[in-house]
Amino acid sequence: MMHRFANPTRFMRVANAILPWCAALTVVFLCIGLYLGLFRSPADYQQGETVRIMYIHVPSAYMAMFVYGAMAVASAMALIWKHPLADMIARASAPIGAGFTLITLVTGSLWGQPMWGTWWVWDARLTSVLILFFLYIGYIALVNAFDDPARGAKPAAILALVGAVNLPIIKFSVDWWNTLHQPASIVTMEGPKIAASMLWPLLCMVIAFNLFYLTVGILRLRGEIAGARIRNLQLGLTHG
Amino acid sequence: MSTTTPATPKHGLSRAATRKRKRLYIVLAGMTMLGVAVALMLTAFKDNIVFFYTPSDLTEKVVKPEHRVRLGGLVEDGSVRKAADGVTTEFVITDHIATIPVSYTGILPDLFREGQGVVAEGHIGPDGSLQATEVLAKHDENYMPKEVADKIKESGRWQEGGSGG
Repeated sequence: MMHRFANPTRFMRVANAILPWCAALTVVFLCIGLYLGLFRSPADYQQGETVRIMYIHVPSAYMAMFVYGAMAVASAMALIWKHPLADMIARASAPIGAGFTLITLVTGSLWGQPMWGTWWVWDARLTSVLILFFLYIGYIALVNAFDDPARGAKPAAILALVGAVNLPIIKFSVDWWNTLHQPASIVTMEGPKIAASMLWPLLCMVIAFNLFYLTVGILRLRGEIAGARIRNLQLGLTHG
Repeated sequence: MSTTTPATPKHGLSRAATRKRKRLYIVLAGMTMLGVAVALMLTAFKDNIVFFYTPSDLTEKVVKPEHRVRLGGLVEDGSVRKAADGVTTEFVITDHIATIPVSYTGILPDLFREGQGVVAEGHIGPDGSLQATEVLAKHDENYMPKEVADKIKESGRWQEGGSGG
């Protein structure tokens, strides 16, 4: 089953077929989510209108971790099974995840200034997300540091796996240590602590961001595969 | 990574499958050891990773007067007083176990009020009170429109500060 899609050509045939649907649905969910979040959802009883930053901040924070998780799984598959597509999936994902992480940090800072009274504090949650951003940047730098991308694949995959330790730290930082950042509101033992009128727009945005990752991921993967083909052809020309 | 055992297809796994299994174990073992190492490290540095101490932490710990500390908890109900100079606020931070009085000169964040979670940073004075140079509001994990909050307050199920204090 796994090896059926290990073939880049077969994989891309499927990916290309779903790409237009992903792109269209991204736009649809983004429009619905933004409209509900910015215009139709109520203001918070404490935060007022500032709560609307959450509709960008929370989905991008979730995606920042989700994309890294996907990269770590792909890297493990590349190391263990030498799956030809796995390295490419990890490489294609990195800049998208870095983008989500940056959005998380910036929107969080914009929310922190009016609510907490500070742009930034070195608490466990904020610091561990900043480390996630540096892991993404480090991964991208490492992948691009080799003339032959095939040689950079293994160290980069190891870096991605080592960095995965940070994911549970980010998620549970607010429970393990005293932090300024509030504890989880959605995925908690007692159920969501967000009013339903605010939860629906948030879920729409989460779906939209997931679809965005899928769309841009396929586009970038197409680039990675084309790049690998070109390198192979050039090698064939010089050695042939 | 070279296997010395000549794995023949007759005896179970092929050579390629053995190598894959070996790599799987290496990755799993590596991740486990890394996880344990990081967990030990984080436990050892617990005191430095926490962003603030609770009032009960601070009553147990001995803090030198020249050391800056952050104190977090709820602003005790009825404890907020404006000093005579008009810019200094005095209040008490509590975690429902211990309390520490705080005095702060400056502008307080919008969310500051009695029953609200706050983090104050400053020096512990000789009388055991905190001379704060910075006060941050701590928001809790509950999000709701004003009407819902009012309804909960009416029904008497309201818990000030939630569990996030």
